[in-house]
Amino acid sequence: MKAKVYVTLKPSVLDPQGKAIKHSVQLLGYDGVSDIRQGKYFEIAIEGQPSAEQAREETTRLAHDVLSNPIIEDFRVEIEE
Amino acid sequence: MKFGVIVFPGSNCDHDAYHVLSKHVGQPVDFIWHRDTDLSTYDAVIIPGGFSYGDYLRAGALARFSPVMNSVKEFAAKGNLVLGICNGFQILCEAGLLPGALIRNRDLHFICDYVAVRVESTNTPFTHELKAGSVLRMPIAHADGNFVCDDETLDELRRESRIVFRYCDREGQLTESANPNGSRDNIAGICNRERNVIGLMPHPERACEDLLGSSDGRDVFRSLAGTLATAA
Repeated sequence: MKAKVYVTLKPSVLDPQGKAIKHSVQLLGYDGVSDIRQGKYFEIAIEGQPSAEQAREETTRLAHDVLSNPIIEDFRVEIEE
Repeated sequence: MKFGVIVFPGSNCDHDAYHVLSKHVGQPVDFIWHRDTDLSTYDAVIIPGGFSYGDYLRAGALARFSPVMNSVKEFAAKGNLVLGICNGFQILCEAGLLPGALIRNRDLHFICDYVAVRVESTNTPFTHELKAGSVLRMPIAHADGNFVCDDETLDELRRESRIVFRYCDREGQLTESANPNGSRDNIAGICNRERNVIGLMPHPERACEDLLGSSDGRDVFRSLAGTLATAA
């Protein structure tokens, strides 16, 4: 079982890295790109055969406590069986 | 009075802090390894600058889970003094001992330069021997020093006079160009509600000898020592 966690900066938080990437991308000619925000992606290998429900619960806690800083980041969990 | 300087894997300003406490404050200091949990013999603890855990995940994000940090939380809850410098400030925010967060500098560069900060509150154990409104020259060296917090937190910090240092120009004016990293409200350092925990991005421990460019940081340590001397 694999858990995937996507961590993104809250919309209200400044993302200078995303902005820098967007500028470079626009310079390359990608005209249709109006904004880019950079986030993080984690893949977690889960042992012990829990239910998808349990895995989601555990991963959500992990994402909240460690993988993200709730003051500035949001996260989303996906479970892959 | 006894001081402790916490050392995480990746801390690199621990020796500067040790040197200042030992030579300029002239008091017993110990290095405290991040796995040690006994802080009972210390009166004040410094969380120094550096790149604890390589700043992996987020600056200070992993250090806050080191065994010593549980002890620091208890130590602070009892009213003892905790000073977080640069990475130390980041760790204190990640650990929830101070509000807000430090994110990537507005202009994306790692900035290694002198800045001027204005003393906004002398009502802390770390600044009571300084003059309100005075301008201190101290070095900064960071890529993630942009202090952010929500409106509610900012109101609270202002209302409770918990903004201790703000970036300013040489005349003490709070301008945008004087703000090196985009920090909200030019905030360079804050304290907790109980005023025993402080975090700041500039390095006062690197500004204690004129030979190194500034000795303005000495008063921060003199205030700290002064508080402990009075309490004793």
